[in-house]
Amino acid sequence: MIFVTTGTQIPFDRLIRAIDEVYPYFGGIELIVQVAESGYKVENFTTREFIPPKEFDDYFNRAELIISHAGMGTIISAFVKNKPILVMPRLAKYGEHRNDHQLATATRFDELGYINVAYTEEELKEKLKSLQRTPLKPLFNIDDYASKELITSLQSFINLK
Amino acid sequence: MKILAIASTGGHWIQLLRLKPAFQDNDVVFVSTKPNFASTVNGYAFHAVPDASRWNKLQLIHSFFKVWKLISTTKPDVIITTGAAPGLMAVIVGKIRNIKTVWIDSIANAEKLSMSGRLATYFSDKVYTQWLHLANDKVVFSGNIIQ
Repeated sequence: MIFVTTGTQIPFDRLIRAIDEVYPYFGGIELIVQVAESGYKVENFTTREFIPPKEFDDYFNRAELIISHAGMGTIISAFVKNKPILVMPRLAKYGEHRNDHQLATATRFDELGYINVAYTEEELKEKLKSLQRTPLKPLFNIDDYASKELITSLQSFINLK
Repeated sequence: MKILAIASTGGHWIQLLRLKPAFQDNDVVFVSTKPNFASTVNGYAFHAVPDASRWNKLQLIHSFFKVWKLISTTKPDVIITTGAAPGLMAVIVGKIRNIKTVWIDSIANAEKLSMSGRLATYFSDKVYTQWLHLANDKVVFSGNIIQ
């Protein structure tokens, strides 16, 4: 199963349209797609506006691949659950976000080799078409908590009189 | 020490929860904008405040008074936030009421500090960035929430 999640606030037509267009390449694999409602009519699958937290977790755990916007919540969850993740950053010029911080984060994490990134719809479609041949792997795995350095620093600040 | 740990939804909340080991041995009150988030911090006190963004002024004022009231009743010694709008409000209230505050800017801000984070530098006792290249004399880098 592939779990597609894009945040609940603003639609992300470019991502959904790209997946819709290459759907035949998925070879019938189950798709769960969460996206805010928009004018774009999806042809090949159904989408949901909101998925309750428990169910969301369940899909996340079951998924072979996560496709998402470059939202930190999703990216961190993929790291913790050791899931392959392919992100396409939302861009302000298409009204997909207020600014381009998703592009900045995706670029940095890409450079660090932590995530798979598609910067354009074309790139996303290319990566999705070759999924059957070359499945994506998890690139980065973390445990449940922040770095020791940050925890220790915060602790000394908390205990400061 | 009593800690009030506050963040809005999504990545902000997930990042706040990753700081939990820093809170141990203290009395912690978690605050977010979705009532059902209580289930993600079982065993801790939890409160929800109304959501607000910089784009809706009325909501912002409403939310600010809720945050003010919550801080008045819980009386924390330290306020810790990973953003965004509700965290900034808490930091401002903390400044006014002489409560120690710390802002941890989201790891999503890899190119520059968030707008709220830049504002927080005026009110907060300590501001962290999670990117080394964004640290300066007002903003500290000391690791991040992922490793």
